[in-house]
Amino acid sequence: MNAPEVALKSLYTLWFQVGGTVCNLACTHCFVSCSPTNHTHELLTLAEVKPYLDEAARLGVREYYFTGGEPFLNPEMEAILEATLAVGPATVLTNGLLLDPARCARLKTLADDAEYSLDLRVSIDGYDAESNDPIRGTGTFERILAGVRNLNDAGLNPVITVTEVCREATTDSGKEKFFALLRAMGIERPRLKVLPVFQIGAEAERGGAYESWQRLKEGDVPEGGWDHLQCSGCRMVTDQGVWVCPILVNEPSAKMGETLADTLGAFPLAHSACWTCHVYGVSCRT
Amino acid sequence: MPEKLTVHRGMATWGEKLVPLDDFRRAAAETGQQLSPEDREAVLASYRAPAGDSTPVEGPYTRIAVFGGIYNNHLALTAVLEEATRRGAEAVYCLGDLGGFGPNPEEVRPLLIQGGVLAIQGNYEESLASGREDCNCGYTDPRDNHFAEISYSYTAQNSSPDFKAWMGTLPRRRRVRVGNRELLLVHGSPRRINEFLFHSTSPAPFLEVLLDQNRCDGILCTHTGLHWHRHLASGRDVVNVGVIGRPANDGNTHVWFAMLEAREHGLGVDLLPLRYDRLGLAAEMRREGLPEEFVETVLTGWWTTCLEILPARERAASRF
Repeated sequence: MNAPEVALKSLYTLWFQVGGTVCNLACTHCFVSCSPTNHTHELLTLAEVKPYLDEAARLGVREYYFTGGEPFLNPEMEAILEATLAVGPATVLTNGLLLDPARCARLKTLADDAEYSLDLRVSIDGYDAESNDPIRGTGTFERILAGVRNLNDAGLNPVITVTEVCREATTDSGKEKFFALLRAMGIERPRLKVLPVFQIGAEAERGGAYESWQRLKEGDVPEGGWDHLQCSGCRMVTDQGVWVCPILVNEPSAKMGETLADTLGAFPLAHSACWTCHVYGVSCRT
Repeated sequence: MPEKLTVHRGMATWGEKLVPLDDFRRAAAETGQQLSPEDREAVLASYRAPAGDSTPVEGPYTRIAVFGGIYNNHLALTAVLEEATRRGAEAVYCLGDLGGFGPNPEEVRPLLIQGGVLAIQGNYEESLASGREDCNCGYTDPRDNHFAEISYSYTAQNSSPDFKAWMGTLPRRRRVRVGNRELLLVHGSPRRINEFLFHSTSPAPFLEVLLDQNRCDGILCTHTGLHWHRHLASGRDVVNVGVIGRPANDGNTHVWFAMLEAREHGLGVDLLPLRYDRLGLAAEMRREGLPEEFVETVLTGWWTTCLEILPARERAASRF
């Protein structure tokens, strides 16, 4: 069965799998199964990132996102951010465990000195240890909050990212619990983003895999087209080339080329994760 | 039973089956296209190439006034029209978002018509004219949505069908010549009516490509509520003219508009503060029963709602 195709409307968001699939945690819902031993994708070096930044500037990329794995496991992460902030705004998705006061102070200096905005997103999966730790690991709730506190003390206000594994995060009253937690920590202007789960990678084992009907089919094109899908405006760079989006990096058929210019064509929505993006209107952007 | 698909931690997830890492790497290396260096250059060049645009070019003018985001603030609209005349503007342009936030939407239309204002549609006009149930601002925070809804439904209920229909007749973009510079006027961005172009998230390389793709020497936009100007290395300009409907979230109570002028070495861009009868506006908003949170913004210069759209830097400079 043929899948519908989504054209790249403009290259708006460029992602870097800067931490590879290597992580200091092994969350049970990770759709790319990151862990200390997952080397499907390796860390990106500054030298590997630079040519993509040059090409991205020629294509007028508007914003840059960094993820992994854990980006701050990358020894060149801050140098990569500095190079990026010279050409556009940057956001780092982190688990918060490596945000000691010294690093937060350096990030604050980077943010203040840059022409463009630097933002951080810290993942957490519950508003207490009881709900978070079974997903992210024993003792992680307190360690994540310590990282968030260090950011706040340094004058950086991160976006707290929660997945719908935490059922309550989908309701207004549940969101209010996160806001209350953050306010109690002295964060006056709490920021929150809630993401659905992708039933691939580790999450397939935890919450169950997709079933075979959860796929987009030819002719499924919605009235407004596919503009709501992030793949109509993004690409993802890993150490092994350029992929369609941040979700499908463990899927060889979602690799589109070696340079950005190779990857400006259409992509078939042939994966079950594409179904989630469409049905839930997901964007990994903040 | 539907077929269950499976994967395993620590293994590459290829086709959602178990596969060894080496097989994944090999398959990835063989997938995707690798263009020749010449073809890559051709692709990059064609990406930036201008698309056809039949929008007529207005002018040429020596001096124009441009503002955005009236938000029903007819007192600021009166003030900006007086100021534009005083400064010798040959034409006055409005970049959309006539309604929302403030009181008595119908007050705006006669002022626009008598003032000869040349307007384009904002997302508010697009939504009102098409009978949409929300402003299409795209908020996700429940508190932001609560206030956005009050603001939109007040404007929708207090705008006549005739006014809404008129909004639908406004063009979505205009092209205006000031001196020897051709400027593109849009609401959000040339790509999308509700795209937010903030200073800290609109990098120069991105703006240069927008200018190339739209074959113009300058872009004027609004939608974010915060004014800024980037003069680019190519000698071109992108200006967010700000809004006259509410202050710019910096603790000052004035609002902002722009004067564009033909100068010897190109385009003169002046972003200018504008004072208006804010106490009169606050009193009228209270009479109309609009939220005290909105009145507070008028009186203090700080935004109290719809803050989630601000990028990290603009949010850090914000009081709330």
